[in-house]
Amino acid sequence: MCVLTAPLATWFSARNWQLHPHQAEMLARADDPATLLIAPTGGGKTLAGFLPTLADLATGDHTGLHTLYISPLKALAADIRRNLTTPVTDMGLPIRIEDRTVDTSSHTKRRQRADPPHILLTTPESLALLTSYEDAPRIFAGLKRVVIDEVHALAESKRGDQLMLALTRLQALCPEMRRVGLSATVEDPPALARYMAHGNSPCAILMADPGPEPDIAMLETTEPPPWAGGGAAYAIPAVLDQVRQHKTTLIFHNTRAQAEIFFHNLWLANDEALPIAIHHGSLDRVQRERVEAAMVRGDLRAVVCTGSLDLGLDWGDVDLVIQVGAPKNVKRLVQRIGRANHRYNAPSKALLVPANRFEVVECRAALEAARARDLDGEPRGPGPRDVLCQHILIRACAGPFDAAALFAEVTGAGAYAALTRADFDACLEFCATGGYALRAYDQWQRLQQRANSLWQLRDPRSARIIRMNIGTIQDTDTLKVRLRRTRGGKPLGEIEEGFAATLTPGDTFLIGGQIVRFESLREMVVEVSRDPGRKPKIATYMGTKFATSTQLSERILQMLGAPDWPDLPDPVRDWLHLQRQVSQMPEPDSLLIESFAHEAREHLCIYGFAGRNAMQTLGLLVTKRMEETGLAPLGFVATDYATLIWGLEPVTDAAPLLDPDALRAGLESWLMSNAVMKRTFRASATIAGLIQRNTPGARKNGRQATLSSDILYDTLVKYDPGHLLLDITRQEAMRGLVDFGRIEDMLARIARRVTLRRLARVSPLAAPLFLEAGRMPVEGAAQERLLAEESARLLAAAGLAPMREITR
Amino acid sequence: MDGYGFTLAGAALTALPSGALYWEARNLLCVSDLHLGKALRRARLGEPPLPPYETRDTLTRLESDLRRTGAATVICLGDSFDDSAAAAHLPDAEKLWIAKLQAGRRWVWIEGNHDPGPVDLGGAHMAELPVPPLCFRHIAHAGQSGEISGHYHPKVRLALKGCGLSRPAFLIDSDRVILPAFGTYTGGLWSDDPVLTGLMRPEAIAVLTGAMVHAVPMPRAERSRQRP
Repeated sequence: MCVLTAPLATWFSARNWQLHPHQAEMLARADDPATLLIAPTGGGKTLAGFLPTLADLATGDHTGLHTLYISPLKALAADIRRNLTTPVTDMGLPIRIEDRTVDTSSHTKRRQRADPPHILLTTPESLALLTSYEDAPRIFAGLKRVVIDEVHALAESKRGDQLMLALTRLQALCPEMRRVGLSATVEDPPALARYMAHGNSPCAILMADPGPEPDIAMLETTEPPPWAGGGAAYAIPAVLDQVRQHKTTLIFHNTRAQAEIFFHNLWLANDEALPIAIHHGSLDRVQRERVEAAMVRGDLRAVVCTGSLDLGLDWGDVDLVIQVGAPKNVKRLVQRIGRANHRYNAPSKALLVPANRFEVVECRAALEAARARDLDGEPRGPGPRDVLCQHILIRACAGPFDAAALFAEVTGAGAYAALTRADFDACLEFCATGGYALRAYDQWQRLQQRANSLWQLRDPRSARIIRMNIGTIQDTDTLKVRLRRTRGGKPLGEIEEGFAATLTPGDTFLIGGQIVRFESLREMVVEVSRDPGRKPKIATYMGTKFATSTQLSERILQMLGAPDWPDLPDPVRDWLHLQRQVSQMPEPDSLLIESFAHEAREHLCIYGFAGRNAMQTLGLLVTKRMEETGLAPLGFVATDYATLIWGLEPVTDAAPLLDPDALRAGLESWLMSNAVMKRTFRASATIAGLIQRNTPGARKNGRQATLSSDILYDTLVKYDPGHLLLDITRQEAMRGLVDFGRIEDMLARIARRVTLRRLARVSPLAAPLFLEAGRMPVEGAAQERLLAEESARLLAAAGLAPMREITR
Repeated sequence: MDGYGFTLAGAALTALPSGALYWEARNLLCVSDLHLGKALRRARLGEPPLPPYETRDTLTRLESDLRRTGAATVICLGDSFDDSAAAAHLPDAEKLWIAKLQAGRRWVWIEGNHDPGPVDLGGAHMAELPVPPLCFRHIAHAGQSGEISGHYHPKVRLALKGCGLSRPAFLIDSDRVILPAFGTYTGGLWSDDPVLTGLMRPEAIAVLTGAMVHAVPMPRAERSRQRP
């Protein structure tokens, strides 16, 4: 079936359109068990994915569900429904297309279960929910194809693992189901193909013409970038100039707070009142949709945005992408650049704006990597077991199951192919009893084995709670922000609970580009009023903080090793030369550590280049070692390239602090009680169903959930250290927030070669770290020493006798 | 043994880093607000249940103070149980543990607002206990002197060269001592709360608990705004 049949062929020729080669190839491969299509945006990728479906359904003799379309964004599902309905209506095809997301009404959802459409567009979470119903076999009867959009993005998170497990269920129900994956450019297509194929069945990779080379450069500014910070305010005039010269510009930022501050500054300088909007995940949905609609109409000249615009919606008129701040990851940069010029065969144009001097080096390295198409990416680990636990519970909701059959089923997902029966049984045991330390609690006794050896829910009513908690997205706990005294007024957006907790009435912050004053917190809503001021207290709600990728860090290290840097602007070049003169450059095959006194404190700067998260973990581990050896550390701060530690005693021998075995032991013992580990545990415990975010009564607020999960964590560490969820937490710690895997990589790279330089003062490379936010205090002897000094000082000031020590 | 030594109404007392108070002359150890059985009470009230290990944690710390001081008398200053039912519902292992701690000692349960009735465990039960020159009761009475009480779970926060810090603390002046809560998972009341600043004399000090004890003038509202 490699030619178009009548209604489709007529429709194409009526428009004078021709099939792209990759679209024709998709039609030809309609009967393959799985196909992965890698194509740039604007290449007719989605249509290519649906062509076999349309051709098949054109005959009109299929009843029930034919094709499932899964997208990571519910907005994308709605968008595709509109885009697909138009040609289907034009061709007069007898095809019913519907979407199903959290926004779909319960009435429609019920009807869709009773009478599914031919094409159902949905998200991984909604699909998982569908498979949890007892009538799942009937809903999916006759299913022929599944189209997974943006599969590269799904594969980077646990949402993808959940989807692949759900697909193993569907494959068991409908053995003939074919899979199609649609992806942007990725570093390792065969790995992605193995990830989305079922069992050992083959998955062909189709590479569409990638189009012309993108046109990427650094933005030229008259003013040099500052020493530290991420605002890039210095570049505002140059950015405005670019906006003026282009039709529509997307201005990407790495965090929401940076996007807000930049947007605010942009408007202060926008004398011509060019229509510029802001779009990020903390803004209210209605506001975001308004911006998206204005964008589609072509009313906007620029949108300041974050990762919220990384995926999906097709905007043809974007002719420039500006990336503010180092992109941290070459693959994401290339995908962002792809957002410009969705017209096929037109080069994408992009500009990089470093936010500070070090980022100039980083942007230069990213630029070279992007031009060389040297994409980065960490190889995926084995399928996460917390997601598997949730899958087992979902399976139990659908009815009794046989453990061996379910094990065979889940190992059909690429990520779980290497799962052992013992690991599976441990997950099943956890779902059944909660584990050794928790076995006395009814709440965690969820499954039981019947006489016929099938497993089932112990209490059928628990299915409701399990269904309410389906999903793997760990949304940070946010509070709605509303203007005060606007009865039922529209929310301006959301801020993180942690940020809200730091606000006192009168504090000002930025949201949706306006400065507001915090008034009160009422019933979990932040009430604010407009503030006429021009200088807000900085919005510190985080958004995602990415760590610079391994590949990019390596490139940066190599650049730093060059004898001179003629490509870099003069201020940056002078700065690097000065570093070489007073200290030395960090090198790829050894670890540079500088030690110096500054403002009556001893400092230690470790140039690990392992990315923000790993450098943070290294700070925790090294300060703990210092604490034990009496070096009295007080605190530290970490960036993508270095960790700066300050304390009361100078370090004269750094090698023991970085002993690999000691660091590994530290991960086991010291880190286990750390807040970062607790956060990692909380995420896995929520996914695995140990903690429920949603209960029939109400949604738990963040603080309650944190309290319960922290107490559970401490309990398990103390009384059941072999608990499955602690094991999962340790595994998660190798990546993500803890990222110990990158510390291991760094240790392997330096092979115990540590260079300690004792300097007379702060070195040029270390200087920007003094301006970094996010300092972490170390609780220990130094704190007790300072507390004792403070006690003596305060008592003396109050005219009281000093403390009397009692020893016996 | 580390601790902060002071005299109250002529009696030499030591505030221990754990939050317990030791009276050497009488070989007497006093702890307040143990809130045993808090996790189980949460479960009874329909809140998400927590494992009952917090009771073990509290008892472990009490046992280590008893071993270190060899105290012959123990006074639990009220709110020893999270509510009256908590004492009855305590698992057998923990009841046995308490009995073991009580063996060979005089043990007094003072009534608190959470546990007003007698408990089904060894030891005497009283509304308050005078041991001249001191008097032990759960809630401080204004105008009394030589008074040892608990109830408020006092905590202190300090700004320490840029990093803030908060710890449970003893509040001490020439009339009274208010003990911090000894139990695990108990909240607290800041020392600058009007209730506490009203009870304590202006020259009162706070003794912070933790790895070691630290005495500071009791932080009050006007002081807590200062940045040293």
